[in-house]
Amino acid sequence: MQIKGVRLPGMSSLLLWGLLWEIVGRTGFSFFVPPLSEVVKTLFEIIGTTAFQKALYETAYAFCSGVFFAIVIGIPTGIMMGKNRLIDELLLPWVNIFLSAPLTALVPVLMVLFGFGMKSIIITTTLFAIWIIILNARVGVMQINRSLVEMATSFGASPWAAFTKVYFWAALPEILGGVRIGIIRAVKGVIIGQLLISLVGFGALFELYSNNFLMKHFWAVLVVLFALAFSISEFLAYLERRVSYYAAKR
Amino acid sequence: MLQTNALAEDTVLTQTDNAVSVSGVSKNYGEVEALKNLTLDFPRGQLTSLLGPSGCGKTTLLKIIAGLLEPTEGKILVNGSPVTGPGEDRAFVFQDFALLPWASVIRNVAFGLELRGVAKSEREDIANKYIKEVGLEGFEKSFPHELSGGMRQRVGLARALSVDADVLLMDEPFSAVDEQTRRKFQEDLLALVANENKTFIFVTHSIEEAVYVSDQIAILLPRPSRVADIIRPTGLREKDVASIRRDSEYLDIVDEIWASLKSYVE
Ligand SMILES: Nc1ncnc2c1ncn2[C@@H]1O[C@H](COP(=O)(O)OP(=O)(O)OP(=O)(O)O)[C@@H](O)[C@H]1O
Ligand SMILES: [Mg+2]
Repeated sequence: MQIKGVRLPGMSSLLLWGLLWEIVGRTGFSFFVPPLSEVVKTLFEIIGTTAFQKALYETAYAFCSGVFFAIVIGIPTGIMMGKNRLIDELLLPWVNIFLSAPLTALVPVLMVLFGFGMKSIIITTTLFAIWIIILNARVGVMQINRSLVEMATSFGASPWAAFTKVYFWAALPEILGGVRIGIIRAVKGVIIGQLLISLVGFGALFELYSNNFLMKHFWAVLVVLFALAFSISEFLAYLERRVSYYAAKR
Repeated sequence: MLQTNALAEDTVLTQTDNAVSVSGVSKNYGEVEALKNLTLDFPRGQLTSLLGPSGCGKTTLLKIIAGLLEPTEGKILVNGSPVTGPGEDRAFVFQDFALLPWASVIRNVAFGLELRGVAKSEREDIANKYIKEVGLEGFEKSFPHELSGGMRQRVGLARALSVDADVLLMDEPFSAVDEQTRRKFQEDLLALVANENKTFIFVTHSIEEAVYVSDQIAILLPRPSRVADIIRPTGLREKDVASIRRDSEYLDIVDEIWASLKSYVE
């Protein structure tokens, strides 16, 4: 954004929105909207509390495990689908169905199957993230330049060398793109999982605050979550830009 | 005495010293007969051009020799032994360069050696030598997207040279560069053929280019492809590179080839 020729740093418009929030909060417009300054003050208060730290730890644990499984299962599956017609035909319909399915509706089923604890939340997170990771890895491998593969073959590359030195790198921009979107979806997954199962992590915290009408606390936690999700996505976008210089030239 | 010796040498050359020999090769892509019963020899140490209209199977033949494609029928011998797949005795120069966009020039040039398990310092020494030879000194750390088309093709050429294969297979290597660069490349190629004791198989669309650089020109006719004619511009090698294009033999051969290809161009 530019004002009178001066380049403002990215996201400066957030300041404007924050100001609006503050003003609306101060007019006492609604009990649900406390002023931003109060929310920030509360945020620093609750960050030190054990309840918050426990919630943060549990959420981070569920999130990281969920994303880990999504990546470790998703990328090889996608690469295999991209290289093998048969596997592709078998799995693609399912991947497409789950990609667009309302996964939230599945959470109660998972609760029945895997209990009301951490396990269900991790699986929910993985289910939110994995499909787009698979699809992107698959596309990355499928659009690889044929002559790169022929080049590697003509110089006598073993299948393993071709995989690690050519296929993986050629698909990396797409893979990272998929991981970024997958992780954003995983944030949704971990929160929705916790809200529905609501015994652990921020789910429990939300439950506590909203039942007791602690709106400042409620918003403070929300701001933390949004900021976390946003920073993770920006960090991944940065990684993606670092490989994008060759994305267009494969 | 002298004459018989020369004659004996000549027969040895033509009879046994073929780096590559293709006999009775056919290739079908499903219904499409790309090559049919094609037989052609490639004398060692010489440059043979494959010339013919688009779609007549030049790339197909080159890839079969490289071991990237299997012929439907027929046999290919490289240095006397049959081809079953890619091998260290052949190196390919790709029309679209086929460089790794995420790797520097030096890694790209050394990539063939890397795949063959040569140690890093050793392969970089070799790569450096060929980077110099193709005139890319100072660009070792650059990436392909920072180079011009002509420079990229030099990287592809250096990579093929650095594995020190007997046979270089080049699929329209100069088609993606501008005319000036192309002429420079053609001169460089002549020097390369003279200095490196390698056999070159060179696909081109350009009659002038084929006559300029070749020891032997195989004219292929459209599908199912066969060798229509083999032309050996005998007197041109001894001439100065700068004056070949004004030479009467050169001009005659260009005309002759054009006359025989004309009927196939709609
Ligand atoms: N993978 C393939 N599947 C089916 N047909 C193919 C395939 N590759 C080539 N062909 C066919 O085989 C014929 C020869 O193709 P090839 O690429 O060898 O021609 P070429 O002489 O190299 O042409 P150009 O000069 O345009 O590069 C063409 O008619 C083409 O349509
Ligand atoms: Mg071709």
